[in-house]
Amino acid sequence: MIAVETRVNKGIEQLDNPHLKAPEPEHCPGPESENAGKGDACEGCANKDICESLPKGPDPDIPLINQRLASIDHKILVLSGKGGVGKSTFTSMLSWALAADPDLEVGAMDLDICGPSLPRMLGAEGETIHESNSGWTPVYVNDNLGMMSIGFMLPESDSAIIWRGAKKNGLIKQFLKDVDWGRLDYLIVDTPPGTSDEHISVNTYLKESGIDGALIVTTPQEVALLDVRKEIDFCRKANIKVLGIVENMSGFVCPNCKGESQIFRATTGGGKALAEELNIPFLGSVPLDPRIGKACDSGESFLDLYPDSPASTAILDVVEALIDSVENA
Amino acid sequence: MDIEEAPESLKHIKHIVLILSGKGGVGKSSVTTQTALTLVNKGFKVGVLDIDLTGPSLPRMFGLENKQVFQGTNGWIPVYIDSSKKLSIMSLGFLLNDRGNSVVWRGPKKTAMIKQFIKDVAWDKDLDYLLIDTPPGTSDEHISIAEELKFANPDGAIIVTTPQNVATSDVKKELNFCKKVNFKPLGIVENMSGFICPHCEECTNIFSSGGGKLLSEQFNIPYLGNVPIDPTFVELIEVQRTSEETLLGLYDKANLKPLFDEIIQKVLDQNIPSRTELLN
Repeated sequence: MIAVETRVNKGIEQLDNPHLKAPEPEHCPGPESENAGKGDACEGCANKDICESLPKGPDPDIPLINQRLASIDHKILVLSGKGGVGKSTFTSMLSWALAADPDLEVGAMDLDICGPSLPRMLGAEGETIHESNSGWTPVYVNDNLGMMSIGFMLPESDSAIIWRGAKKNGLIKQFLKDVDWGRLDYLIVDTPPGTSDEHISVNTYLKESGIDGALIVTTPQEVALLDVRKEIDFCRKANIKVLGIVENMSGFVCPNCKGESQIFRATTGGGKALAEELNIPFLGSVPLDPRIGKACDSGESFLDLYPDSPASTAILDVVEALIDSVENA
Repeated sequence: MDIEEAPESLKHIKHIVLILSGKGGVGKSSVTTQTALTLVNKGFKVGVLDIDLTGPSLPRMFGLENKQVFQGTNGWIPVYIDSSKKLSIMSLGFLLNDRGNSVVWRGPKKTAMIKQFIKDVAWDKDLDYLLIDTPPGTSDEHISIAEELKFANPDGAIIVTTPQNVATSDVKKELNFCKKVNFKPLGIVENMSGFICPHCEECTNIFSSGGGKLLSEQFNIPYLGNVPIDPTFVELIEVQRTSEETLLGLYDKANLKPLFDEIIQKVLDQNIPSRTELLN
């Protein structure tokens, strides 16, 4: 087994616009699409001839991805239009909670290429990925909990990944095609904020092998809900089933006087009102607990450390509701 | 062929400042909003450009949802927050039909949009500051804005973080990005640094504390200050639509105003020469 880092870097350089000689124009139909070289934007584009001669049709890697992921029972995306609402925190909680059942095999995949947080939150920082004949071996934090993130491939933890979309897509494809998960009951996919390359790609690549649905994370204030609406609109456009909304950071109990306050005030009714408006299940709200952030910083399971806290109960309720909707689908 | 000079539309602007953070949800847009309001209160004329294309928050922050951008003879006319015309905003949010619509764009389209935002907006002729609010990460938007500003000589970037390690490790990546593209970090603001309980005045460090200060020492960057979580600021944003007073007037009485006065003063004290003097 050898560390894959150098190979990954080499591989990715080739993936970034393998054939094109100029950047894609604004309305580029995509060098792999049916219309490559024939669209309106292609007139006058330096890549026109190249695109026209590229092989057409569905991506030849999709069958490989399907084959690789065939032994995974459920795939859940964790989405939110807004950053910093707790997608990675919730992904880690969900992973810990599922892996607490020794009969389940769980995988967590981090698609946030520019800001990977999962390695730290699951206590796997500093690990490296190894390669064997059957593909990339995930990093195991537990006997039954494996994970994959670009964080494991960086020369230094502070290195910035300054990549355009095409390059990120290449890595996402490799994550789906080359990681040797083995048999899994659940694969939880953590995503970056927004509705752009990563989201389009993961949906394209997973469409055939099937996504169970998306868990949407939000915080109560309208500025966050505004972006979350966009994410739900994206799910509708992409035909991804929304399993439900969870409202994070809702309410804070002062450890000194036990008085409750709304830090991110839900002036428009918060996640619950949004769920009702859009006719989506509301899975529950999780209060803000400073110990959650600390547990994430040190890579420990908050659920194990403080099993009796109100936040733990709330998280477990959400996880249960989520599992119900996946199992009964 | 590349033209090795600043875009025409930016030539007359005295200062360009970016607001950056590797992490999402740390308060880039609220820091941008408050920086803009503080600068206007100090007598400057300010423009704000929002290049967060898939999650534009500035229209809501400034209470300008449903406003539209018009085409003038010199390009797109930004939206002014009031008739004094001291503060103007440009965001993709103004170009969407419905506030719930998603913009599902891959990189090349985002790049083209940012190019247009840089080249085609008719900012005021005597603009003192152009603030650029960015999305999280170090990807298409960031590469594009760095390319567009390559010859525009921006003052630098205000870096926003929250105190916990998970956030500062993303912000370190952003600082390395700044180094690569030659954006000078003007300083670090630690946002969401503690919450003062309205019942007992006890300050709780919800997202721990001190991460920003530590970061500034590690990277040898000025530390501009820490901003506590203040629910009244969120409220101020929400009530401005129904209030008689303008956002500027409301902010004048806000708890956070003196804090931001200090933070911005630290940036102004760096005495960065005006771009127009350098160019002429």
